[in-house]
Amino acid sequence: MKRNLRLGLLWSWFWMILGWLYFLLPLLATFLFSLRAKKDTLSFLAYERVFKDPNFWKTFAFSLEIGLITILAGLVLIVPTAYWIRLRLPRLRMITEFVSMLPFVVPAIVLVFGLIRVFSGAPFYLTNTYMGTNALLVAAYIVLALPYLYRAIDTGLAAIDVRALTEAAQSLGAGWPVILLRIILPNLRVAMISAAFLTLATVMGEFTIASFLVGIKAFGPYMSLVGQNKTYESSSLAIISFVLTWAFMGFIQLFSRGRAEAAPPGAH
Amino acid sequence: MRRLNNLFPFTKQGAHSARPVSPIPWRDALWVLPFFFFIFLLVFLPSASLLSGSFQDKRGNFTLQNYLDLFKPSILSAYWISIRISLASALGGGLLGFMMAYGITVGGLPRRLRTALLTFSGVASNFAGVPLAFAFMATLGRTGLITVLIQTLFGINLYERGFSIYSFWGLTFTYIYFQFPLMILIITPALDGLRREWREAAQILGASSWEYWRRVALPVLTPSILGAMILLFGNAFGAYATALSLTGGVINLVTTLIGAQIKGDVLQNLGLGYALAMGMVVVMAIMISIYYLLRRYSERWLKI
Repeated sequence: MKRNLRLGLLWSWFWMILGWLYFLLPLLATFLFSLRAKKDTLSFLAYERVFKDPNFWKTFAFSLEIGLITILAGLVLIVPTAYWIRLRLPRLRMITEFVSMLPFVVPAIVLVFGLIRVFSGAPFYLTNTYMGTNALLVAAYIVLALPYLYRAIDTGLAAIDVRALTEAAQSLGAGWPVILLRIILPNLRVAMISAAFLTLATVMGEFTIASFLVGIKAFGPYMSLVGQNKTYESSSLAIISFVLTWAFMGFIQLFSRGRAEAAPPGAH
Repeated sequence: MRRLNNLFPFTKQGAHSARPVSPIPWRDALWVLPFFFFIFLLVFLPSASLLSGSFQDKRGNFTLQNYLDLFKPSILSAYWISIRISLASALGGGLLGFMMAYGITVGGLPRRLRTALLTFSGVASNFAGVPLAFAFMATLGRTGLITVLIQTLFGINLYERGFSIYSFWGLTFTYIYFQFPLMILIITPALDGLRREWREAAQILGASSWEYWRRVALPVLTPSILGAMILLFGNAFGAYATALSLTGGVINLVTTLIGAQIKGDVLQNLGLGYALAMGMVVVMAIMISIYYLLRRYSERWLKI
């Protein structure tokens, strides 16, 4: 029995070490590689070059902006819907749950193909204008982030007694705007923050949809372009991007105090 | 963590407070209309448009030619290698992820390791696309860290032995990087659900460790494992950014073929592109159907 236990522990450690090596070695390799921009010496030259590139900041700002708009628009679309379905239309939950899973069945590349076909021609002509293209990008990202957004909000709603809160507020004379903004939203804070950072992690480096709709204006396509031309800079970008993802996930942990754990990624 | 488990609505949830109301009052339905209208515009309309486009030739007449074209050897092989990479990375990542999750749940590894691993998994499963491809070029590329390490330690040149980061195995190893953290995140709650009493009961009845796993733990876990596998498969099957950065035109995956059709690179044929896209949806639908069948089969004994 004792021997068995020790063997089991050994087995666990074996896989754990293998897994951590898998995690860390690529990061180490990338980091070391990114330091070799200057011949025969280690330096942060590649990082300096990246940070000096105005396109880095321009594309970064663009993607950040799109990400923030996506979060805002996504929450405005989903919070009232999820709330109302929990409160009044529980029978629709199966449907919305299924719908929010659709991005798993329809890959990003298929989605963007369809979006271009529908919205670039009559009667929409969205891709003809700057605003139209960006609006389409945001809409596509909402679809992409739907599984996390919807699930996070719905789980958040499940944790509070929506009906009791609503009825209590109503009996005290509150109208719908007050109920939503001052009762429901504050209770959903943690869920919304998780959803927001997950969305941001998905959107910031997103490549597939961005490359077909806006091209190298966005951060993902910019990184890809750098990768084609500059070897060391691409490694430093990979490290920067990893640190960013780490920061987003760290914020979720921070705000939810370990309650929420990250959800799976969107498009690769 | 529950959120993840619920990502696929397969796990049964507690009873909702559903009141038996007959037809949905239209005033209530009005509130959720924007959401469904959005889904209609952004998901159904594009899908329907691709479907109709896949049955049209360049002049807009009805044709089945696009679907017949899917059976060209070059396209069939793209589907085949996409499916193989997705399966291999789902199985490999699934196994590694399961074993690591096992270690931090029932395997008896220190508690602090669990927190660290779950946090890291959240990050790594979101670290994908272009930067991931860069990272693996620096690791397993021709002058990558591991490649050079193996060369100096064992005198084996991986690239002379036929390995390449731009190959089936190169892509599979890269995909596993975002697959096994995802597996850890999905399967940990399921492993947490294994009761200690079950193991003790099995042991008292004389079961070996192997028998306990074979006849108690694995059957209980099967639905969760299957669900996770589907997610991992879809995750790899739809991957485009990583694939594009790593295949470099050496191998064609379905996603890179579709990308080429959208950009109109070589011999553009939009109808074929639409059919390719529909093919991907069909493959995913088949996988999910297989999942449901297997799950029904594996859960048969649960209904007592």
